[in-house]
Order: sequence, then structure tokens, then C-alpha cells
Amino acid sequence: MTELATQPKQPNWFSRLAHPGNFMAWTRPLIMPLAVLTALAFVTGLWLAFFRAPLETENVGTTLPILYIHVPTAWLSQFIYGAMFAAALGTLVWRHPLADVAARAAAPLGAAFTVLALFTGALWGRPTWGTFWEWDGRMTSTLILLFIYLGIIALWRAFDDQLKAARIVAIFTLVGSVNIPIIKFSVDWWNTLHQPATLITSTGPRMAPEIFLPLMVMLVSFTLLFVTLELVSIHTGILKRRADSLSRQAAMGSAA
Amino acid sequence: MSAFFAIVGRDLKLAARLGGDALTLVLFFVMVGAVMPFAIGPDRVLLAQLAPGIIWIAAFLSMLLGLDRLFRADEDDGSMLLFRHAVIPLEAVVAAKMLAHWLLTAVPVLVATPLLAVMLSMDGTSWGETALALLLGTPALTAFGTIGAAVTVSLKRGGLLAPVLILPLAIPVLIFGVAMIGAPVGSSAAMLFLSALSLVSVAFCPFAAALALRVGTE
Amino acid sequence: MMAAKPLLTAENLALRRGERLLFQRIGFTLSPGELLLLRGPNGAGKSSLLGVLSGLLQPTDGKVEWAGEAPPHVLGHLSGVKTRLTLAENLDFWASVNGRTGIAVAAALETVGLGGLDGIEAGHLSAGQTRRLGLARLLVTDRQVWLLDEPTASLDAKGDGLVAGLIAQRLATGGAVIAATHHDIAGVTGTLMLGATP
Repeated sequence: MTELATQPKQPNWFSRLAHPGNFMAWTRPLIMPLAVLTALAFVTGLWLAFFRAPLETENVGTTLPILYIHVPTAWLSQFIYGAMFAAALGTLVWRHPLADVAARAAAPLGAAFTVLALFTGALWGRPTWGTFWEWDGRMTSTLILLFIYLGIIALWRAFDDQLKAARIVAIFTLVGSVNIPIIKFSVDWWNTLHQPATLITSTGPRMAPEIFLPLMVMLVSFTLLFVTLELVSIHTGILKRRADSLSRQAAMGSAA
Repeated sequence: MSAFFAIVGRDLKLAARLGGDALTLVLFFVMVGAVMPFAIGPDRVLLAQLAPGIIWIAAFLSMLLGLDRLFRADEDDGSMLLFRHAVIPLEAVVAAKMLAHWLLTAVPVLVATPLLAVMLSMDGTSWGETALALLLGTPALTAFGTIGAAVTVSLKRGGLLAPVLILPLAIPVLIFGVAMIGAPVGSSAAMLFLSALSLVSVAFCPFAAALALRVGTE
Repeated sequence: MMAAKPLLTAENLALRRGERLLFQRIGFTLSPGELLLLRGPNGAGKSSLLGVLSGLLQPTDGKVEWAGEAPPHVLGHLSGVKTRLTLAENLDFWASVNGRTGIAVAAALETVGLGGLDGIEAGHLSAGQTRRLGLARLLVTDRQVWLLDEPTASLDAKGDGLVAGLIAQRLATGGAVIAATHHDIAGVTGTLMLGATP
């Protein structure tokens, strides 16, 4: 296979680190420690939550522990879209292959955490509101976010040419990120129009510090979990691309 | 500017020659509205109350399902590539096609609304408000739809994907569109939001769609 | 070679498709009156190179410059013909979109041998006639550089002659042509072999 003669001029430290091959090399040793760190963080968070903090409070009752999963996953559902937005810029502006792989890896994770957030929200809603689903502003916009994630995944899968897919999906991701605030605003507006705010705010400012601490630790744990999974998924993605390209070369070799 | 109107004129002329598309669209729109009573029951009072929502859903679905046609034919016969070397930028080409598509989908739907209004026992005021809401909101639907069509045009089987992608993004249009009908609370605010949404999306979408088309042809 | 200002300059072009390198280090200048032929086996990247030269594809490396404001004319595998529009409507449309700087619609149809068929819907044309209609599009707008991808595809011997005549006329009037074709055309000033390396 001939190599491109002219390399981009003077690769800076970032593009050196982000080159897929180099990226694999310097991040591979990080995966195991990250996984261990994630596990430790979860153990600490759960220990704090179940043995150091009260298991129920006046305003949310016995459903309190659900918040330790619900709040971090809800945060991740938005954080991951933010990460995909950054990757989309990387794809469109710098045309970086790592950004393509990262965006593709992030979409299913985002969808999974959004499903978790909705599911725990429903579990929490059953005793609190008396129903699994309430057309509450936050839940509704999270549901729409899930639809957007699923649309993006469907779009990824529809393309054979992954290079083209990356850039098309990146454009759609950017359009989506412009829209998400509008959707959030319109849903909140719609919600208050139909039912004046009678709901109790789940995460009020009066949160006791012994609850706040485990919540923060769980937030960090889930974020670490995402980073670990994302990293593993990027590695898989890069390897898959290499495997595909080897298959193509084999096909071309036999045709020649 | 003549190139812009040449594109609008050609798309209208083609639609007129092919004929069936606008009729199919209107048929779909009316049928979606007409099956609602079977699902809800023939209660005239209830139907009249739900009518604006039903008409919006019917319009929403008809506009989204027709999306694939927006660029498909031009992509298949090579016109899309030739547009890249026109005297006007691709963004303007997209805007022209968007305008033609709005004229070919939103206008037939608007014209057919009185039919559904009668079938769903709407009164005149309520129909007028619904038609005004559709007039203000459909440009945004077309604009979002243009992005959906542009993103999926390079896919051979992109037909159903575009509506699925665009539906969540278009929910604000539905929210404000229905809210400006009949509800005294916040209806003028809804009208302003809806108009703003249409204006901004019509201004912004040709750029995103043109970018997607450029990438798609690579 | 003439000393005139080149109409099109390609510098160190390379195009990569995924992991596959289609071509690299392609550079040339095209001056008025020059005809460059692209040759090579199927899949060698002739169409892709034309895509890069016309600005439709972004090269992985290198750059393309056109002289003047107007982009080149492109004739690809598809002719951009609408079957439900008449021949005249089809041509008139592209004249509006690309600029009415060339000859009149009726004259262009006459030139490509479709004279008198103005009012017929293009759907009734044969593949060869559709191709001729595509060639007529090059005439209604005046563009100095023509990029032709298999211009003689689906044309008969008479059609080949027509293409050769149109190219000769374009060259004689200060234009330049790049064509990917297996045919020999008079007036060739250069040939670019693609896909020579495995």
C-alpha cells in the first residue's frame, strides 16, 4: 500500500496524541486503571449512600436512593450530547478520524444513559406522583432527547461509507444541539401552560450535606463509567475500521 | 435571482406535469384526520374540542412523510451535482427548492383544512385560527424537513429515516402551533414563538442542508 | 504550449477514500487550447479526479485553482435531464441556472442534432439522444473549461464525431477540456495515466 507522500505540516502535540494509532497506544494502559477507579468510586458512593446517609427524607420519602442513579444518568444524558457536539466540531472543522470514532461510540452510550434516566425517573415518579409517566417538563424533554439519540444511531447505521456518515451525522448533531434548548424551552412552556407548577422540585436547595456528598460521588462514578466505556468503545471502533480496511485491501488484492 | 425562480418554477411545473403527488398528499392529510373519529368516537363536542390538534397531527405527518421527494429526483438524475456549478450558491438552490416544496405541500394541506374542519365539527373561528397557525408554522416544518431530506439524500433507503430524524426537532412547532389556537392564555405568545421559529429556521436551514448535500455527494 | 495564463491549475493533488489512496502527486496546468485526456482502468479514480478538479470533492492534499469567476462545465454519467420537461424547457432551465452566456436554446439543440424536437418531452428520447441533450447544456452557458466524464457514453459513431467537434470548437475558441475517455480525440495535448501503481 502506498503511503501519502505529504504529511500535514508540523503536527502539534494534540494531533500527535489524537492520531488513531497513537491514541490507541497511549490510552490502552489507561483502561484497566480507569475501570478499577470507576469500581472504587461506585463502591464509595454506594457505601456513603446506604450506610452514611439517611435512606429517606421528608420530601421524597423512601425513594431517595433512586436519586443516586437518576441524577447522574440524567446529567450524563446531556453531558454526552455535549461531548458529541464537541466531536461533531472535530469532524467538521478538523476532519479528525478520532472525532468520528468518538462520536459514533458516544451515541449508544448517550441513549443508554438517557434510558436509565427515564427509567429511574419513572420508578421515582410512581410513589411520588402516583404514576410511572408524568408529562413533566424535564421528563418530556429527556424523552425527546432519547428520540434524537436514537435517530442519530439510526443515521449512523444507515450509511455504508463511515467517513461520509461521520460528517453527515456531525451536521445533524449540530442541528440537534441548536434545537435542544428550543425544545427544552417549548416543553417547559407547554407544561406550565397546561398544568401550573404544582410539582415538588426533587432536588431542592435544602439538600442535606450527607445526601449531597454521596450524590456527588455517584455523579463522578457514573461520569468515570462513561469515560471508561467510551474509551473501550473507541478502541473497538478503531480496530473495526482497521479490520474493514484490511478486508477491502484483500478484496482489491484478489481482483488485481 | 432569475436562477432562484427558475428552480422554483421548474419544481412547480414538474409537480404539475406529474400531477398525482399533491393529490396523494391531500388524500393522506384528509384520511389521517378522518380516521380519528373512528379511534375517538363520533362525539361531536369532543371532536370539535380535539379538532385543532387532529389537524395539526395530520398536517405534521403529511409534511414529514413527503420529505424524501425534496431532493431525491434531482439526486437520481444528476441535477444535484450540476447545481453545484450554478451561478447562485447551493444554499440559494436549497432555499428555492424549499420554497417550491412548501408551496407543493403546505398549500394543498391548507386548502384541504376546511374539509376536515367540517368533518370534525369545528366552528369558523377555530378553523381560522388553525389555518393561521398552519400558515405560520409550516415554513418551520418545511425548513426542518429540508435538513432531514438533505441528510438522508445520499442513502438509497433514506425514506423513513428523514421523518424519524426530524420529528423530535419539530416538536416545538407542534407545541406552539396548537397552543396558539383557542387558548386565551399565552396564545399571542405562542403565535410570536411560532413565527420566530419559522423565520429563524427558514433562514438557518438552507445552510445546514447545503452543507449536508455537499458532504453527501463526496 | 502557449504562454497564456492557465485556465486551471492543479497542484500536488491527492485523494484518499477511507484507507485507500486513489491517487497522489497529481499536478498540471491547463492553458487555453489544451486537451487533457484521463486514462486508466475502471476504479482508477478518473471520475474522482474530475470531481476534485470541478470542486465537488475535497482533495486530501493539494489544491485546484480556476482562472476567473465561473466554475467549469461538468458532464458526468448523469445528464440532469428531467423526463417530464420538454427539451427546450430542460435546456432553458440550465441556461437560467448557469447563466445565459452561451448560444440560444434552439441553436444548441440544432448543434447537437436534436433540432426541431424542442417541444417534445425528454422522456421520449433514447439514451443517446438524452446524452446529446446533456451536451447541449454545455453550449447554452459559456464556460471556458469543460470537464467531461466518458462524454461518448451511449453515443453512436456519429455521436462520437459530434463530441469531437464540440471539443475542437471549445479548444479553438480559447477554452480547454479535460476528458476521461477511452476514445482517441483529435487535438490531445496531454495524457494522464491513472491507476498505474497497484
